[in-house]
Amino acid sequence: MNINLTLIGQLLAFAVFVWFTMKFVWTPIMAALETRKKEIADGLAAAERGQHEQELAKERAKDVLHEAKAQAAEIVAQAQKRAAEIIDESKDTARVEGERIVTAAHAEIEQEANRAREQLREKIGLLAVTGAEKILRKEIGADAHQDIVATLAKEI
Amino acid sequence: MAGDTLTSSGYIKHHLTNLTFGQHPDGSWGIAHSAAEAKEMGFWAIHVDTMFWSIGLGILFLYFFSKAAKQATAGVPNGLQNFVEWLVDFVDDSVRGSFSGRNALVAPLALTIFVWIFLQNLMDLVPVDVIPELAKLLGIHYMKVVPSTDPNATFGMAIGVFILVLFYSIKIKGVGGFAGELTLQPFSSNNTLVNILFIPVNFVLEFVSLIAKPISLALRLFGNMYAGEMIFILIAIMYNAGLILGLFGGVLQLGWAIFHILIITLQAFIFMTLTIVYLDMAHHEH
Repeated sequence: MNINLTLIGQLLAFAVFVWFTMKFVWTPIMAALETRKKEIADGLAAAERGQHEQELAKERAKDVLHEAKAQAAEIVAQAQKRAAEIIDESKDTARVEGERIVTAAHAEIEQEANRAREQLREKIGLLAVTGAEKILRKEIGADAHQDIVATLAKEI
Repeated sequence: MAGDTLTSSGYIKHHLTNLTFGQHPDGSWGIAHSAAEAKEMGFWAIHVDTMFWSIGLGILFLYFFSKAAKQATAGVPNGLQNFVEWLVDFVDDSVRGSFSGRNALVAPLALTIFVWIFLQNLMDLVPVDVIPELAKLLGIHYMKVVPSTDPNATFGMAIGVFILVLFYSIKIKGVGGFAGELTLQPFSSNNTLVNILFIPVNFVLEFVSLIAKPISLALRLFGNMYAGEMIFILIAIMYNAGLILGLFGGVLQLGWAIFHILIITLQAFIFMTLTIVYLDMAHHEH
């Protein structure tokens, strides 16, 4: 309970402890705390930035998707239009072709008929001449009346 | 108990006597063998137990804290580092809350005060007879294990703080400013002559309030811890008074120890906070 030299001793010990704390405890710990604080702040900022970028990218993706859809729809519409056109064109072509074929066929038929008629005419003429020859053989030679036969054949 | 033939008052006195090393009246140096002998040694004697326990605890504190500080990284902290950082953060918050100036010394000072005083006070929770009885086995007859129940220890710290208060008062305000603070308030007047008349009155008031700072700082801590220690000793006396009183004493000791956990923390915190406040006042012009 007496005040004595212990007082001075405690004072000195106190001073040394404070000095030691200041130099070897407080400074490094505060430095570590500050660094960590900064790192956490940086990390949070980076995370926020990333989130922001992600949002932007989402927005962009949405835009791109939208555009692609529109483009696809346009292409489909064009294709349908083109298909319709092609169908129409082929219909026209087919009709024209058909008509042409029909016309050609008609012409051929006509020709064929004409030819047949000609042959028939010739054959009838020949038959008539043959008949007449047979008739006339008895009276006149065929050679003598050939021009008459030809004239007859033309008149049939 | 301390001995068979010991009376209660002898037991108490024994527990309140420091292990004192000093010069005997006959001129030889040595350990005092009684409270009276210690008193005769006067100022040039030293309380070996107070010095041993307080410096030991201080080294313990600095060992663990500097170990944590050495490992301190910005990465994920481990157990010890976590604890130390929590305390450092707590002290840093207190300093930021109460101290408005810029001074790199205040926060480490506050941390040292808080932890060191807490550890000194913590010795109070060791049952009063354990360490003295162990010391007796080693042939040491007096052992007061709670350094903060020795006014030398508390005044040592308080005077340290007071020196810093005076130093920063003069450094920040200059000798004139500090002198003015002591003499020109709280009473002042526009009339110079009246002001001069006020100087002695002001000085008495301000000087008392200045001196009151370290004294109240030291006596508050000492008083609380001394009273707490005394109650532990009184409870310990009950163990000698039969089984029922002894059991009752055990319950009392447990209750008082639990309550004392609050007191030792609170006293360390008060000492720290007042130190910060006093130093803040030293940094401020009125």
